[in-house]
Amino acid sequence: MEATTYNYKVVRQFAIMTVVWGIVGMLVGLILAAQLIWPDLTFGIEWLSYGRLRPLHTNAVIFAFGGSGLFAVSYYIVQRTCQTRLWAEPLAAFTFWGWTAVIVLAAITLPMGYTSSKEYAELEWPIDILITLVWVAYALVFFGTIVKRKTKHIYVSNWFFGAYILTIALLHLVNSAELPVSLTKSYSAYAGVQDAMVQWWYGHNAVGFFLTTAFLGMMYYFIPKQAGRPIYSYRLSIVHFWSLNFIYMWAGPHHLQYTALPDWAQSLGMVFSLMLLAPSWGGMMNGIMTLSGAWYKLRTDPILKFLVTALSFYGMSTFEGPMMSIKTVNALSHYTEWTIGHVHSGALGWVAMITIGSMYYLIPRLFGRESMYSTKLIEWHFWLSTIGVVLYIASMWIAGVAQGLMWRAANADGTLTYSFAQVLNTMYPFYGIRLLGGALFFGGMLMMAWNVFKTVAQGRVVNDAPIPQAVHA
Amino acid sequence: MSDFTSGFWPIYISLITLVSIVGTWIFLKMQTTRKLAPGEKPELIEHTWDEDLQDLNNPLPRWWLGLFYSTLVFALVYLALWPGLGNYAGLLGWTSKGEYEAEVKAAEAKFQPVYAGFMKQDIASLAANPEAHAIGRNLFLTYCSQCHGSDAAGAAGFPNLTDHDWLYGGDPDTIKATITDGRNGVMPAMGEALGSDGTKQVANYVLSLSGRPHDLALAEAGKQKFADNCAACHMPDGTGMAALGAPNLTDKVWLYGGSEAAIIETIAKGRNGVMPAAAQTLGTTSNRDAKLHLLAAYVYGLSQKQ
Repeated sequence: MEATTYNYKVVRQFAIMTVVWGIVGMLVGLILAAQLIWPDLTFGIEWLSYGRLRPLHTNAVIFAFGGSGLFAVSYYIVQRTCQTRLWAEPLAAFTFWGWTAVIVLAAITLPMGYTSSKEYAELEWPIDILITLVWVAYALVFFGTIVKRKTKHIYVSNWFFGAYILTIALLHLVNSAELPVSLTKSYSAYAGVQDAMVQWWYGHNAVGFFLTTAFLGMMYYFIPKQAGRPIYSYRLSIVHFWSLNFIYMWAGPHHLQYTALPDWAQSLGMVFSLMLLAPSWGGMMNGIMTLSGAWYKLRTDPILKFLVTALSFYGMSTFEGPMMSIKTVNALSHYTEWTIGHVHSGALGWVAMITIGSMYYLIPRLFGRESMYSTKLIEWHFWLSTIGVVLYIASMWIAGVAQGLMWRAANADGTLTYSFAQVLNTMYPFYGIRLLGGALFFGGMLMMAWNVFKTVAQGRVVNDAPIPQAVHA
Repeated sequence: MSDFTSGFWPIYISLITLVSIVGTWIFLKMQTTRKLAPGEKPELIEHTWDEDLQDLNNPLPRWWLGLFYSTLVFALVYLALWPGLGNYAGLLGWTSKGEYEAEVKAAEAKFQPVYAGFMKQDIASLAANPEAHAIGRNLFLTYCSQCHGSDAAGAAGFPNLTDHDWLYGGDPDTIKATITDGRNGVMPAMGEALGSDGTKQVANYVLSLSGRPHDLALAEAGKQKFADNCAACHMPDGTGMAALGAPNLTDKVWLYGGSEAAIIETIAKGRNGVMPAAAQTLGTTSNRDAKLHLLAAYVYGLSQKQ
């Protein structure tokens, strides 16, 4: 029996959790930003201390919020663009409950202090195994659906999702190779500078494939849909897809400039990071130029505003990244707040805004409504987010550059001009502005939660979205 | 260079790097189609997904290609000049180690004259020299303030350097020795030996030594236990021993807190106070010996004021 409807259930589950985890992850971020101003904020309770909440924040926003968003849209897009129902639906259900279990375990173990100490891969080995199982199931469902597609060609979004699923599997398996000594403690299979290089090969490509490639897949569906225009250039999507994925793999060593990493590896990391600029911008170009002939829609459509503003922040941070990989720039920027600003222009400006825009498109369709409960609230959300991101990254730029310059300032006798405490003191106003920016962004997320709640309450659960029988050329 | 475990890897790295850059170049060339004539519409490709998703097929933007090619050219030039292709050293002969060593050498040469004069003066007279004081203060803020505080007044577990009370002695040479080689202030844990009642008794006896409020009976019971277990380091009268850094228990200065609870914790669990050796933390920085000298003078000067 051929299925006649799409599986919206798993899409809906992940879409709702995207909003929930977004709020949780960003709330933890807000607490961290406040702790930098008021260190005693959490009364010295160890499991609320900065060092334990920080990995919780990064894991929650990247893997819980971003990950759930990617599961939701990839399952939605792969079905609709392949004109077929998901393959192996019990496995798809397992990915939802399994991924959610990973997140809940992270929220318990990280505050308790269990950590492998590898950045963005802090979870201990039993959770790593669960991640592997979920990911294999995800790959089976996704590629199985591609295999049984009705359409002749594979839609561009699915190339990007496919690359992300394969590469994340590879990164996770190699970087998380570890030797368990107990249920809650393991040691990395690598040591010294090799461990550092494996870690940043993983860390950089997690940014590359989880936070860039996969979200470009999201962009390639929702921008043409929302703008009602064909994609600007098929050829550009092919060229930037292959060059982006190929060159990204090389750029990890730029996280280890001026360290024990051999000079040749540092140089390769730098030149390949610069070569990454054009492939990154290819995606931005292709998205923005898709709006040719539909620019007027930007005035009235806040969803399109989210999507296009996300691309602008994407273009900005993918320009900033290669510049920061240049050794002489890195000598100033590394270890400063500038890096934090750079990460958040990508994480809030690009990842969060493209996800938010996509969810505002997706959620009404999953709950049988024409549009969200309130378009006005989306408009407000857009402006709060935009102002929030701008305050965040501008304050961190100024703070970072000031920090870098103060650290290297020296007196005529060779002693340092500023002590650590003096530099920290200079940071306070910028920490305050950053907290305000983060609070605005978080406030927008609360509006979204209300808007989603009302939309769901007034809608109906759609499980009968029909698969068109006619197959396009 | 010892970066490689065999002669194979540098060749492998060089080849795969060059093939990647040149291959990217060829790929771009192959994908470049002619520019659209003025007014010409881009092709709309004959495939459709999900009702209305379609592709135009605009040629690659020329400025974008230019940007891509220029980064490839930059990569090739950079890899010719700097190390990158395996163990090829690059035309400029640059290494990060070489750059570091040159900078240290330049710093030595530049600052040597500044510091040379200070080594000739003794610590006590340097303490009164405003120029030495300014440098010493900067060094203190860089290397010492993390524990002892910007004002050198210390914190729980970190001695106050301005109070005329010294664990190891406050004369110039002892201060310099403390800074240079560090100190390890170990108080062994006595909780098991004394038991919880005994610990409480000794704590009350210790409180009595400095005339703090205490339980008379407990203190009396702790007196002999103190003599048996503590007096070897803290001396029978509790005035401490500078050679071991055993604190004087009869004054008003309490490194780890002077409440009954804090003293009980100290006795039961012991303390392990570590002052790192500045000779090591200053590492290979230029004029290290003069910096240790100036730091000692600055710290000595702190306790010479009123």
